[in-house]
Amino acid sequence: METNLCVAGFGGQGIMSLGKFLADATCNSTDKNVTFFPSYGAEQRGGTANCYVVISDDDIGAPLGDVMDNLIVMNGPSLVRFLPTLKRGGTLFINSSIVPDEIDRSDVKVVRAPVTELALEMGNAKVLNVIMLGVYVGYTEVIDPAIVWDTIEHKLASKPKLLPLNRLAFEKGLALGRAQR
Amino acid sequence: MARVFMKGTEAVAEAAVRAGCRFFAGYPITPQNEVPEYLSRRLPEVGGVFIQGESEVASVNMVYGAAAAGCRSMTSSSSPGISLKSEGISYCAAARIPMVYANFARGGPGVGSIQPAQQDYLQATKASGNGGFRMPVLAPATVQEAVDLTVRAFDWADRDRTPVLILADGVIGTMMEPVVLPEMKSEEEVAAIKESKRSWACVGHKLDYAHRSWIEPGQWSTARMQKCNEDAAAMYKAWEKEAMVEEYRLEDAEIVLTAYGISGRIAKSAVNLLRAEGIRAGLIRPITVFPFPAVAYDHIDYGRVKAVLDVEMSIPALFVEDVRTAVRERCPIETCLCSGGNIMSREAVVAAAKKIMEG
Repeated sequence: METNLCVAGFGGQGIMSLGKFLADATCNSTDKNVTFFPSYGAEQRGGTANCYVVISDDDIGAPLGDVMDNLIVMNGPSLVRFLPTLKRGGTLFINSSIVPDEIDRSDVKVVRAPVTELALEMGNAKVLNVIMLGVYVGYTEVIDPAIVWDTIEHKLASKPKLLPLNRLAFEKGLALGRAQR
Repeated sequence: MARVFMKGTEAVAEAAVRAGCRFFAGYPITPQNEVPEYLSRRLPEVGGVFIQGESEVASVNMVYGAAAAGCRSMTSSSSPGISLKSEGISYCAAARIPMVYANFARGGPGVGSIQPAQQDYLQATKASGNGGFRMPVLAPATVQEAVDLTVRAFDWADRDRTPVLILADGVIGTMMEPVVLPEMKSEEEVAAIKESKRSWACVGHKLDYAHRSWIEPGQWSTARMQKCNEDAAAMYKAWEKEAMVEEYRLEDAEIVLTAYGISGRIAKSAVNLLRAEGIRAGLIRPITVFPFPAVAYDHIDYGRVKAVLDVEMSIPALFVEDVRTAVRERCPIETCLCSGGNIMSREAVVAAAKKIMEG
């Protein structure tokens, strides 16, 4: 069983962190193979950023793909670019705060989460990626949420003040994801 | 040992430190910048030295100097930077200096593209500098293999007093994967490695002419120069039996994919997809691309195989030249290629294999 995910959005939305949290948690707590592959090059805040996470019981070939099982889209330009790569029956997780449009494909599942609004309501726009990570994990159950949280906690060890907010953000996401199962 | 999640570049750097590397000089270039960045922090922790040289040429010559003094030493770069280092590599080969360098290759020619590619194959395996020298070229397909081959590279370099090249690419360098790191060599072991080089290295000798070490990138006497080259040629010949290769599902294969490095792992996943559709595919993945594991291609049943499919991230195809020599016209060779920084698509490999089998 192999599941590949592409995460795409604006630079500054925590796209890479989202992918790395998920991949790192998989490495730390399972026997599964996992790869994380970032887009690199002329990346900048406000530009586009994307990364790929592949989780598999077998050896992983390409750490990216032309055909994705799942797609997390955080902004409009990324929807245009990556929606065609989502396989039939795949799942699109969309930041419905800034991509409110109807999705132009009827052969995919759509999970909506207004993560920008939710993050702003929580008082810190930066936690939108952790909310979305919660949505993804809550919906797919690809990995135990407790393990993902341990990884986030470990990564934020040097910034303990941020932990309660991130915990809240992750749980909000989990609930949103589970509700749309 | 527990596995850790690491980026290819950083994993190679950490593996080098654990293998006893205590000197690194380099110069920034995408996509290998994390090697110098990591080592600038890590080497001082273990009493090593990190230098960002003023250029690639300066850096490789600093490595020449440090390695000549018996220290396990390394540099790294990406394609255009590797070209700049070629003079120093050739000098190291002539002086029989054990050193390790890594190429996290990107698109070319020229400044090319900063995205991953496999367009330096001929440079890496045939002519990494002037003078017709050869050296082991190790081509990892995973971050774990990059780690293991880094350790192997230092051992090989020291054993035979030769440069060793780790030929990776921008994907292996920038992707993260779980790895199990090797044991850290103790200070005593690192010191013993240096001491073992006393017979030739400039490690501090008595101030009399007879006991001094000479590190020379060439010989003024033509007779001595020829002897040096004859010795080197005999060493290159002896390496043939050390070629490393992964052979996968050749036993009943009707089509054999062949690829190295990042394309090798993608081709392997394509073999699995083809098998799932009932197409009997196999794979030959050279792990050393020099010495080239030509003998693996003798394990193909040419009575059954319709074609060998060469898969590489280079246009024109380069790796195919060694494949052609190994296959010796026993079956047709087809290619599945991309270039310029595009990454090989598993689906494209599957489609190319199907086209051959249906055609």
